[in-house]
Amino acid sequence: MGSLIKVWDIPGGVHPPENKEQSLKQPIGRVPLPPRLVLPLNQHIGKPAKPVVAVGERVLGGQLIADAEGVFSARVHAPSSGTISAIEDRLIPHPSGLSAPCIEIEPDGQDEWVALERCEDYLSLDKGELLAKIRGAGIAGLGGAGFPTSVKLSPRADHKIHTLILNGTECEPYITADDILMQERADDVVAGTLLLAKLLDYPEKVLIGIEDNKPKAIAAIEKAAAGTEIQVVSFPTKYPSGGEKQLIQILTGEEVPSGQIPASIGVVCQNVATAAVAYRAVRFGEPLVSRITTLVGEALENQRNVEVLLGTPIDYLLEQHGFEAKKASRLVMGGPMMGFALPEPAVPVIKTTNCLLAPSKKELPPPQPAQACIRCGLCAEACPASLLPQQLFWYAQAEDYEKLEAHSLFDCIECGACSYVCPSHIPLVQYYRAAKGGIRQQQHEKEKADRARRRFEFRQERIAKEEAEKAAKREARKKAAEEAKRKIADKQGEPAAETPSARASDPVADAEAKAQLRARQQSPAAQRAKLERSLAAAQDSLAKARHPLEPSEPGVEVSAEQLEKQKARIKQAELKVQEAEARLHQLEHESHAPESEHKAEPGSESKTNDPVSAAIARAQAKMQMSPEDKLRSALESLYKRQAKAEEKAAEAQREGSDKADALQQGVDKLKRKIADTQKELEEQTPSTVAEPSSASRHTDDAAGIAIERAKAKASALETMSADDKLRAQIESVKARLEKARERLAKAEAEENENVEAFRSGVSKLEDKLKQLTDG
Amino acid sequence: MLDLIVQNPLASALIALGGLALVFGAVLGYAAVRFRLEEDPVIQQIDDILPQTQCGQCGYPGCRPYAQAIANGDAINKCPPGGQSTINALADLLDVEAPTLDAEHGEESEVKTVAYIREDECIGCTKCIQACPVDAIIGAAKQMHTVIVDECTGCDLCVEPCPVDCIDMIPVESGLSGWKWDKPAPIEEQAINIIASDKGSKGEAA
Amino acid sequence: MLRVTSPHTHSTRSTGQLMRLVVFATLPGLAALTLAFGWGSLFNVVLASASALLFEALIMKLRGRPVAFYLRDCTALVTGVLLGLALPPYCPWWLVVTGSAVSIILAKQLYGGMGYNPFNPAMVGYVVLLISFPVEMTQWAAPASTLAEGQSLVGLVEGLKQIWLGVPVDGYTAATPLDVVKQNSGLLLDDLYASDPTLSNGLWAGAGWEWVNLGFLLGGLFLLYQRVFTWHAPVSMLVTLAVVSVFFYDGSAQSQGSPLLHLFSGATMLGAFFILTDPVSSAVSNRGRLVYGALVGLLLYVMRAWSNYPDAVAFAVLLANFAAPFIDYYTLPRTYGHKQPRRATEKREEH
Repeated sequence: MGSLIKVWDIPGGVHPPENKEQSLKQPIGRVPLPPRLVLPLNQHIGKPAKPVVAVGERVLGGQLIADAEGVFSARVHAPSSGTISAIEDRLIPHPSGLSAPCIEIEPDGQDEWVALERCEDYLSLDKGELLAKIRGAGIAGLGGAGFPTSVKLSPRADHKIHTLILNGTECEPYITADDILMQERADDVVAGTLLLAKLLDYPEKVLIGIEDNKPKAIAAIEKAAAGTEIQVVSFPTKYPSGGEKQLIQILTGEEVPSGQIPASIGVVCQNVATAAVAYRAVRFGEPLVSRITTLVGEALENQRNVEVLLGTPIDYLLEQHGFEAKKASRLVMGGPMMGFALPEPAVPVIKTTNCLLAPSKKELPPPQPAQACIRCGLCAEACPASLLPQQLFWYAQAEDYEKLEAHSLFDCIECGACSYVCPSHIPLVQYYRAAKGGIRQQQHEKEKADRARRRFEFRQERIAKEEAEKAAKREARKKAAEEAKRKIADKQGEPAAETPSARASDPVADAEAKAQLRARQQSPAAQRAKLERSLAAAQDSLAKARHPLEPSEPGVEVSAEQLEKQKARIKQAELKVQEAEARLHQLEHESHAPESEHKAEPGSESKTNDPVSAAIARAQAKMQMSPEDKLRSALESLYKRQAKAEEKAAEAQREGSDKADALQQGVDKLKRKIADTQKELEEQTPSTVAEPSSASRHTDDAAGIAIERAKAKASALETMSADDKLRAQIESVKARLEKARERLAKAEAEENENVEAFRSGVSKLEDKLKQLTDG
Repeated sequence: MLDLIVQNPLASALIALGGLALVFGAVLGYAAVRFRLEEDPVIQQIDDILPQTQCGQCGYPGCRPYAQAIANGDAINKCPPGGQSTINALADLLDVEAPTLDAEHGEESEVKTVAYIREDECIGCTKCIQACPVDAIIGAAKQMHTVIVDECTGCDLCVEPCPVDCIDMIPVESGLSGWKWDKPAPIEEQAINIIASDKGSKGEAA
Repeated sequence: MLRVTSPHTHSTRSTGQLMRLVVFATLPGLAALTLAFGWGSLFNVVLASASALLFEALIMKLRGRPVAFYLRDCTALVTGVLLGLALPPYCPWWLVVTGSAVSIILAKQLYGGMGYNPFNPAMVGYVVLLISFPVEMTQWAAPASTLAEGQSLVGLVEGLKQIWLGVPVDGYTAATPLDVVKQNSGLLLDDLYASDPTLSNGLWAGAGWEWVNLGFLLGGLFLLYQRVFTWHAPVSMLVTLAVVSVFFYDGSAQSQGSPLLHLFSGATMLGAFFILTDPVSSAVSNRGRLVYGALVGLLLYVMRAWSNYPDAVAFAVLLANFAAPFIDYYTLPRTYGHKQPRRATEKREEH
């Protein structure tokens, strides 16, 4: 069944020595059960899975041990029966050499399995069920990036998929895992392909793309696919034809627009191995607990492909294949073009470990010293994305991030073709990776700085408001008292000529009006500036949200899900911008309106409260009022009422009215209420973080994490013996106690209002010291 | 007319120059009115460069006030959290020579830190809450407080007011998510290193 | 374990190797020069290369860099060879040494060394000499085939004497074909071809010169085959030169010479394949190199036709070097996934 598909050429590319024969001489092998299995919780792209087992628990093979957290995650299953011996941070296969949470299983050798749910008639199931099965099996892309497969198989409704591409290219030198899979398990691959086609509503074209250096695999797949709608397409060998974007270009002639996912042009691309395991998950209920990995390189005695349990320590695996550490120049996970050197061999095999390359020093010699770039342009000739690597290098050296983005740095798939051909041996890809990381970090820092700025400004504003209110309150009280005094004097001097209540209310109103005016005078300018800034910030974050998600690795692609999220983010940002604009608008209006209102109606008692409430309403409109603010405003009005009631009561007493008693009671009641409110307010004050900041949502979370992390760190840092530790602790507590005492003395001498706090601090420290010395 | 000009070279020169002055003055005056900037954008630009730690080490109550002060001619080397890179960026923006950091205001620290409250020792005095410029500490009177790590700018303004010294500044862990590839050593250096050390045994350069 | 970034494998090409290929590729041209004009050019090349390497080593020493490592990249050697090829045969030794000093010290190392020079070092050296020592720089030897009966090319000893001791050799010089065309604008080209010995002894571009240019063309094709550079700049330059000269050629007295004369005389082929393709100072993208080559071709013709200099490859290349960053700004290639090529000044693309 020859291919009827036109094969397109891609620009650039290189032809490194293939080195594929070594590992193809033997069929897929197996290794004995290792003494321990270490399963990182994050073997895929996305959020780490969440453990659902406890240390000491016995698990069966195929049992779920960590569940997916959210859509962008993948489950982890026990590869064999045994006991959970640890759930902790372990070294993971990552270029950084850092650790991450892992589950360690000590296998018991029984290899007992949970009952697997088989399904003969899987093609009659509906899409949802099939996807649930694939998701349940914890399947992530096996090609190298580890993208959760179920996410990729549920494209957005507006993306009509017309082409399904199965990637059997395997263009990296040395790697033969997919090749041998297609040779030995062609039926699984074909069945998996048909399964994926069904999930995507039978696209018009279902293609399996294989480079022409794998004639055996092509023959096997063609035989298995005979009679189906699958077309097997072979095309000339060239690195990096197997990059997702490049393969799509080869087979369809179309390019995935920058920053978008293949589904946006109606294409879904999956690795052949992923298709095979998806089939097995659906048909036999097998979770993803093993994979085929190529073990190759002259430092190994036995070079072959093995089906290896996930979590198998790589040093154990190498040992099984006669690894000579002295001979090896390095240890690479993945291929020689894109794989990364493992800093440490004691890391586990994970879902994306398609190859372990242990080359001798002759095979892959250490890199030569870099020379200056002469801009020869060989890199530009080799670049499959038609970038100008020499210019990117220039700007990456200078960390000119703007220029880098103008030169489309984020379209670089980090395939390494440029570094491969560079006659000056410049590690170009590393420059690009560092620059990408730098740009991301810069963006992150900018976001953080913006947030800090907003929080700071909000706080300033809040403090200013509090102070204005306090001042207004003080003034009002003072005036009222003076007025009362004056009135008493007046009354004594000349009997009432006019109704004092009307006059009495005036100074109060005046004071309030003044305070308000002050608040407003400062507000329109300051608030306007603030709103303008927040508008700018909102626009900024909108722009940022619009900025495409940039896949950092060639195999990785942005899923529909992510895109969805981004759209939501954009929407949110847009709303924020609108809101900010509206507020700004509103502010401009208001800064005129209340003024006239205020001028028109001063004095009359019934309306005295109006500007206040208007101000409060405005404040409420401007920011969602915190409970504290609410209390404060309640207190405010209570004070006012109290002042008025007191006046009335005094007046009544003076006039000998029979209402005097009742009025006095009212005053008392108000006083009590004020006291209550004040208390409440005091309790509220410290919890000042109720701001409408975007971050407050995960406040508790973040705080919790921080505490835990810091605690963990503290305990980790303490490597001293218990005695030493205790001594050091006592020392430090003593020093602190000393300091605290000094402060207390100082506070007492100055009659500081915080004496109490200092005193309790000292006593607490004393207690602690006692505890430590006793213990 | 021509005769007049030729006969009175001095006068005609003066008139010509004066006329030119008038014309250009008018043009410039019009431009100043027509293209006047609403707000002083320099302050905003300066503020964007400052690190927004709001630590007050510069002697101003926050980054924006310092931005304002810089716009009014204050020195640009008073920001220890921003360090030399911020000074350079400011110098670039304002087109002045980049000075080194003024040691009077503190030293640039290599590691970023955040505040951490040892909670079993916190007595709930709310002093740190009042000191925090970005409201990144939560808690209530007589209750223990804690720091929102994501919001903490590492300004360490909360350390001093604490009566029991239970606040530490701990370095931020970047972890896996914050990890990035290092930029390779400069090419010149690579060559020298390789030559200096025994060639072949040295591979760290890349 | 070794911590290195991918890729872990590397092609066997190195800068030094590329540069050595360039040096080898000059051999046919050098052979033609020696055959046609005697030992002079060979002397030049040897002297210029040696002094260039010496100056490079000196500067590297002064800069505290490992000398051997930097000499091994052979860029100084290439500069010396190209300068030697461009200088007139049998010119005094101090001229050659001064030229390579200017090339290496002024035009290359003062800008930061290999990869940082904005101008082609050999051409800077050449132009400085041409402006400073016009008499010495415009004495080109007569080609062997135009010599009268009994006369022969300058001998080895005679030549060395002239170069080192300044003992003049009588009447060894002759006007180059481009000189002849430039200086006899009153005559018809056909008459010139009939009367001038250099032109009349040649096939289409002057005795000796056409073979020299063919030699360099051959070397250039070899480098193209070896993929040392892309075809864009040289082809663009030659095509432009040919098109413009066809446009202005009618065989009359005003005419500036036939396209064949322009393509195969003077330093055309040396310029197209060895000077223009210097990657450091040229434009970077393929589109950019097309523009760059065309610019050099155009400038070359304009200066040959209407300036005071009969040949002007050096000037044309240096002027185009000036324009290279500007060309780069507007000729970024279209990157995968983008509809339009971008501008180097463009900010982030909005989606």
